[in-house]
Amino acid sequence: MVLAGVSVIVFSLVHLVPGDPVRLALGTRFDQDTYDALQARAGLDQPLVQQFLGWFGRAVTGDLGVSFRSGETVTSQIAERLPATITLAFAAILVALLIAVPLGTLSALRPRSAVDRVATVLSQFGISVPDFWMAIVLILVFAGTLGWLPSGGYVPLTEDPGAWLARLVLPAVVTGVVSGSVITRFVRSSVLEALGSDHVRTAQAKGLPGRQVLTWHVLRNALLPLVTVTGVQLAYLLSGVVVVEIVFSWPGLGQLALQAVQARDYPVLQGAILLFALVFLVINLVVDLLYTAIDPRIRR
Amino acid sequence: MTAPVLEVEDLRVQLRTPRGTAHVVNGLSYSVGPGETVAVVGESGSGKSVSVLALLGLLPARTATVSGRALLHGEDLLAMPADRLREVRGPGVGMVFQDPMTSLNPMLTVGRQLVEGIRAHGEVPKTEARRRAVELLGEVGLPDPGRAVDRYPHELSGGMRQRVMIAIALSNSPALLIADEATTALDVTVQAQIIDLVEKLQADHGTGVVWITHDLGVVAGIADRVLVMYGGRCVEDGTVDDVLERPAHPYTRGLLGALPDLTAPADELATVPGVPPAPTALPSGCVFWPRCPVRADPRCETEQPPLAVVGASGGSLPHRAATWCAEEVSLV
Repeated sequence: MVLAGVSVIVFSLVHLVPGDPVRLALGTRFDQDTYDALQARAGLDQPLVQQFLGWFGRAVTGDLGVSFRSGETVTSQIAERLPATITLAFAAILVALLIAVPLGTLSALRPRSAVDRVATVLSQFGISVPDFWMAIVLILVFAGTLGWLPSGGYVPLTEDPGAWLARLVLPAVVTGVVSGSVITRFVRSSVLEALGSDHVRTAQAKGLPGRQVLTWHVLRNALLPLVTVTGVQLAYLLSGVVVVEIVFSWPGLGQLALQAVQARDYPVLQGAILLFALVFLVINLVVDLLYTAIDPRIRR
Repeated sequence: MTAPVLEVEDLRVQLRTPRGTAHVVNGLSYSVGPGETVAVVGESGSGKSVSVLALLGLLPARTATVSGRALLHGEDLLAMPADRLREVRGPGVGMVFQDPMTSLNPMLTVGRQLVEGIRAHGEVPKTEARRRAVELLGEVGLPDPGRAVDRYPHELSGGMRQRVMIAIALSNSPALLIADEATTALDVTVQAQIIDLVEKLQADHGTGVVWITHDLGVVAGIADRVLVMYGGRCVEDGTVDDVLERPAHPYTRGLLGALPDLTAPADELATVPGVPPAPTALPSGCVFWPRCPVRADPRCETEQPPLAVVGASGGSLPHRAATWCAEEVSLV
């Protein structure tokens, strides 16, 4: 249902973008016959509603059409980019959580302390600094000056695990720091809220060791908001981090989508956006399922 | 006379607030004997809860300053290292809080919350701790304890949750039980059941009880001794009969007057006019004088009255009040 709605919107918006894909494909010099032929082949000469129904009908069966630019099927183009995007997204979320959970917890445990202030400044920095700038700085330092890591590119894990990891580190850190900064703020506030709740006082009054109070009565209860915000961040990362992908020449979905926009490659663009919508739906579903696993009050 | 379970001497608590330092508890002294119940009475904001939270180090360390002595079987709770204090929480002092809806962790089963308390104080195997948890739930009158142990708090009613809280507080057979407004959030019949339960357990185990409440009906029902708090001070203490039958402090008198009388016309409730003093700006002189209807002594406004014995006591304990106007009050 949602996907059908999304596809109407996607289709309309994509076709509202000014610019003619056929013209872009042909360059500046072309004759009218070639133009007409190409347009007919792509089905662009038909009324918009008919174009949509045709595309939607095929999309339902999994056929997202053929790229104007490369002539490959959209599904194969997406499938080709998917591993890189998934790799980067999960690596970035891992980095984000490794930063956010300890940092957010520490600053919540000692509000207004030095740790808290430093964490606040860092996360503010992470949120507000443009990711391409951070990417360039990291490349200059680690790939340029120090020469420890390659500046970009992507090697599949199956080909060479060492090279895969070396190329993954920098883009994962850049995107992870950005996501992690957002998540840190959430962890801090939800841990702070959990800390102030009456049942934590009960746990302390029982004489539980501090570590046990923290794990089972504070962090356990702060998990729900963490899962929510992590889900949102993961969905965002899975839909491709355009700027970072371009700086690191990372062949992910963000790059694909950007190229499709530039070339007015309607089928690819529609396919990519439809996939992003699907990703959001799936992640929301997973988050909901996790909710019920975490919070007994939500179970039936 | 047997040695007291708890002896509090000159307890003072200050809290740093954005509006300045709040003098929440100002020199509170009392003792609780084995099997004895001391009721601490007062309005909201009189420092009752803070005074007991301070005993167990449960106030936020960043903002609270606690001084004085609180001897639990001769050992000072306020001077204890954190490790030792943790050991005392549970087996030394059990605590029941006001709101049973929020005092239990919603994410963990009742059994788990009992078991972790039991296992925090001694090597008890899980199965043994669980058996003990079921037993405790039965003791506090939870129907079908074998099943209740696997329930989550939200599956239980308020009264049932408060029983669980009591079970938790009693799980390590504490020498002292502190009930902080433990029945305030419950309806009257459940309240009576809980009180009966505590009295029974107290008789069985010889536990000393500090019962914090603003409900004088509860006080009459359970207490051996009463301590009336106002503005962070004890303004009157003595046996239940002395304090409730022959109040010597104008404030106690006012509190008793504020009990709704079922035979009087219902259109007007008696109140103590005014509001309690802000702990950031306590009055000089008697803490109560700004609201006091008596003010029979010139010293009321300038000099703080000491807690002094008033009249002959009907019981074994002295009846004391901190007022310059005890005589005037007794004539009312």
